[in-house]
Amino acid sequence: MNYILVTKEVTKQFGKHIALNKVSLEIPENSIYGLLGPNGAGKTTLIRIINQIIYPDSGEVFFDGELLKPHHISTIGYLPEERGLYKSMKVGEQALYLAQLKGLNRNEAKKRLKFWFEKLDIGNWWNKKVQELSKGMAQKIQFIITVLHEPKLLIFDEPFSGFDPINANIIKDEILNLRNNGTSIIFSTHRMESVEELCEHIALIHQSEKILDGKLSDIKKAYKNNIFKVGLEVENGECLLNELSNKFQLTSSEFNSNENQLDFTLQLPTNDSKDILAFLAGKANINQFVETIPSANEIFIQTVQNKDANE
Amino acid sequence: MNKLPLIIRREYLAKVRNKSFVVMTFLSPILMVGMVVLIAYLTKINDNEKRIIGVFNESIYFSNDFHTTENTSYVQFRDISLQAAKDSTMSAGYYGLLHIPNEKSLEEVVQKAYFFTKEAPSASTIDQLEDLFQERLRARRLQDFGVSTEEFALMDEKFEIKTATFAGQQNLKGINVINAVVGGAFGYLIMMFIIIYGGFVMRSVIEEKTSRIIEVIISSVKPFQLMMGKIIGASLAGITQFAIWVISATLLLMVAVFVFDIDPSNFNSTVRIASKVTPEVNEVNKIALEVWTDFSKIPWFMLICFFVIYFALGYLIYSSIYAAIGAAVDNETDTQQFIFPIILPLMLAIYVGFFSVFSNPHGPIAVGFSLFPLTSPIVMLMRLPGGIGEGGVPIWELVTSIVLLIITFVGIVWLAAKIYRVGILMYGKKPTYKELFKWIKY
Repeated sequence: MNYILVTKEVTKQFGKHIALNKVSLEIPENSIYGLLGPNGAGKTTLIRIINQIIYPDSGEVFFDGELLKPHHISTIGYLPEERGLYKSMKVGEQALYLAQLKGLNRNEAKKRLKFWFEKLDIGNWWNKKVQELSKGMAQKIQFIITVLHEPKLLIFDEPFSGFDPINANIIKDEILNLRNNGTSIIFSTHRMESVEELCEHIALIHQSEKILDGKLSDIKKAYKNNIFKVGLEVENGECLLNELSNKFQLTSSEFNSNENQLDFTLQLPTNDSKDILAFLAGKANINQFVETIPSANEIFIQTVQNKDANE
Repeated sequence: MNKLPLIIRREYLAKVRNKSFVVMTFLSPILMVGMVVLIAYLTKINDNEKRIIGVFNESIYFSNDFHTTENTSYVQFRDISLQAAKDSTMSAGYYGLLHIPNEKSLEEVVQKAYFFTKEAPSASTIDQLEDLFQERLRARRLQDFGVSTEEFALMDEKFEIKTATFAGQQNLKGINVINAVVGGAFGYLIMMFIIIYGGFVMRSVIEEKTSRIIEVIISSVKPFQLMMGKIIGASLAGITQFAIWVISATLLLMVAVFVFDIDPSNFNSTVRIASKVTPEVNEVNKIALEVWTDFSKIPWFMLICFFVIYFALGYLIYSSIYAAIGAAVDNETDTQQFIFPIILPLMLAIYVGFFSVFSNPHGPIAVGFSLFPLTSPIVMLMRLPGGIGEGGVPIWELVTSIVLLIITFVGIVWLAAKIYRVGILMYGKKPTYKELFKWIKY
């Protein structure tokens, strides 16, 4: 696999505070990479290092196989968490200026801006001043400015904060589009719902250190603990429940005698569910049999708690 | 691609298009000229006020002394009581009543003379009356001493010593004053420019912080580039504003002179006919002529060259400090604590410059402050109208001062850039000096 960005033991210290401690990441090309962690974990510091706003005390960053250099700036797009626009400047003029700072020439920038303004249905905003726009409107413009120079790597820091659900969806679709067209994306957030939908890979940063990274599906597999949720239709539920609790490790159960409905969850020693299925076969109608997979949020909380408990 | 021109362009346009900037640029000359015209007009009105003064003269020493002048006329009372004279002065609405009693000697008369008014009288009226008595007393004394008025006039003749440098340069009198005034004007211009446009730079940095656009921008350009772009952009806007001020103020003054009929050519023609007018006017014109000669002796080309050098370096040093301050705080109210230490050397330069350069342009204090980099742009410019080399600023001082200024410029810009780089990404609490010091080491 090709990696668009690789960090090797990146460390950054502000005074006595260690903001990043030997963080090594491999961010694959053409995918969405989730950079997760609680507030103050060091995500923004890492992102600023990638954008060459600040420099690491030690460690190296490689971009597309080369050591990260100032000229890479024009191939990176960055939407910071703390973002804004010049309030008294007109939207179009401002977008042109920021695009030119990224190295686009004026005409090309204008052409692409017109295209994006049409696409996001904001064509008539060109001559408006930013102070006349709502927060959500300004966010759309910031998004356009971030992607306008068609960077190889896009970095979004909490991209959905400030968006209403409808616009958040529009932006989410655009992010997926960009990924499908070959852009690599780093997606930094502490909100886990969006991670499940978008990210193929994640890294967890906690207290300046990376504590977990990899493919999201692999991580989920590693974190599932063989808990199954079962729903049965059976007449003598109590009786069956007794038998079950003798043979298996039930974690919760409920029997509704009116509807002859028995629901329970159980923990198996391995991921092998043949025994329980064989046991149930013929004894009841199986309505539901699912393995519960932990959400990213649960993994996140569990990992952080484990980490804290170990210290 | 170099992005500095882009940044300069934006900073310049953002400043120049700003409404308050436009208003300030075009309103200030109008206000300024308006003030001058108003003051001139009011002074004229004030002078035009006619005063009628009642004179109740019982003495033989004063008789035909009360001549009606442009703004004072006199009404004589005779053969009534003092009280009656007072009453009629009041009821007639005259400005006041001068009572000169009948006494044996002039001294006694003068001692006992009184001027009665409704309110405290104006200083000019008092002067007028006092001069009258003074003149009379002097004439009387001269008579007592047996000196004629003509003889006395000869005694009053003024003496002037001639001056020259050892190298033979003639007539140095007054040069220091003129030079200090011209240099002071340049120094003052630099100070005002630094304070006004340094403040621009600072506010523009704060604006980028509060609008949260800063991180977007510095992910595209180096913070140093952004800072320099701001400083240069603001200074270009400042130069534009100054140019507009100078041009429009000149035009407006010309219009005002034309409309209000203040004839500036008076000056030249009076010089030409100087021999025919009274000695006092002649004296004034002689001074004016001297001022003009001294003025033309100032090495303007050299002065303007060095003005540009000192102005550029001084402005760059101070405005990068302003940029660093803007980066360190979140809002303008927090800046006071940091601005005071910058204004201090500027004020010191102006006042020390005015007091010490005025009296002794090559004294130790003048030399010291014209070498110290934070004050040299102002103080050195006050000394430079006297020339360079012999009789003026020694070349080694000039070179040392510029070298020190350049070293300081590099050092300060480096420090300011460090603070700026860290500060623009810091939000929240106003930093202390100790924290600023730590930022330099990040």
